[in-house]
Amino acid sequence: MNLFRRQFLRLTSVVGALGVTGLSALELVLQAPSALAAVWNKPGFESKVVEEVMKSLGATNAQPSAEIHINAPDIAENGAVVPIEVTSRINNTQSIALIAEKNPFPLAAQVELLNGAEPYFYVRIKMGQTSRIQVLVKADGKFYTAHKEIKITIGGCG
Amino acid sequence: MAEPMKIRATLKNNMAEIRVLVAHPMETGQRKDATGAIVPTHFIHSMTVHLNETLVYDGQWSQAISRNPVFALRIKGAKIGDKVVVHWMDNKNDKRNDEITLQA
Repeated sequence: MNLFRRQFLRLTSVVGALGVTGLSALELVLQAPSALAAVWNKPGFESKVVEEVMKSLGATNAQPSAEIHINAPDIAENGAVVPIEVTSRINNTQSIALIAEKNPFPLAAQVELLNGAEPYFYVRIKMGQTSRIQVLVKADGKFYTAHKEIKITIGGCG
Repeated sequence: MAEPMKIRATLKNNMAEIRVLVAHPMETGQRKDATGAIVPTHFIHSMTVHLNETLVYDGQWSQAISRNPVFALRIKGAKIGDKVVVHWMDNKNDKRNDEITLQA
């Protein structure tokens, strides 16, 4: 199945190189079958509005949860490297998505954790300015959310 | 061809912690070079980790991940000798596969 996915990723980038026009039909095809759910979430990653990111993830009615623990600095001096560590204590956590709300493209990453991977996530991201970080956890098909404000001294987008 | 990743895998109480350092520019498409031209986006969009051929981490990334990305994951029930394979692919179709064997 993974090989199949690789082929699809390759196919999408080939078409991407040809230009944006005429792409929408293929995108529809790519998004439809659930077997290919792991194909890069292009609408989510390219959207500039948090609400649209939520929609692309299917997480429009996420519940706030205290069971998501975000370990990140309150003040990050360098916006180019902001370490974010997330631990979810929600049972059956399937995926974790990270959104930096005021970034030019808010969705930073979405990660599926499968087959024994712990509901844990660590990555370093870039943040353009002081912003809320929102974490979305998908567990048993439901979405849960938590957030944390991070102050940025020097933006990391340029 | 991209430089090899640095992978560190430690095993404690049946829990493997895997930390990966990738050499990659992760260009956002927002930065300008010395001549004022925008540097085009160049970033890893797909990052996967397999433990003994089983997919455990299926990551989709954006250009917001820091340059030379570092990420970590934890896997329950891993054993010494298990094979960890990390694979990435970027938006220019460059890719890289590296593996490590879990040790005590």
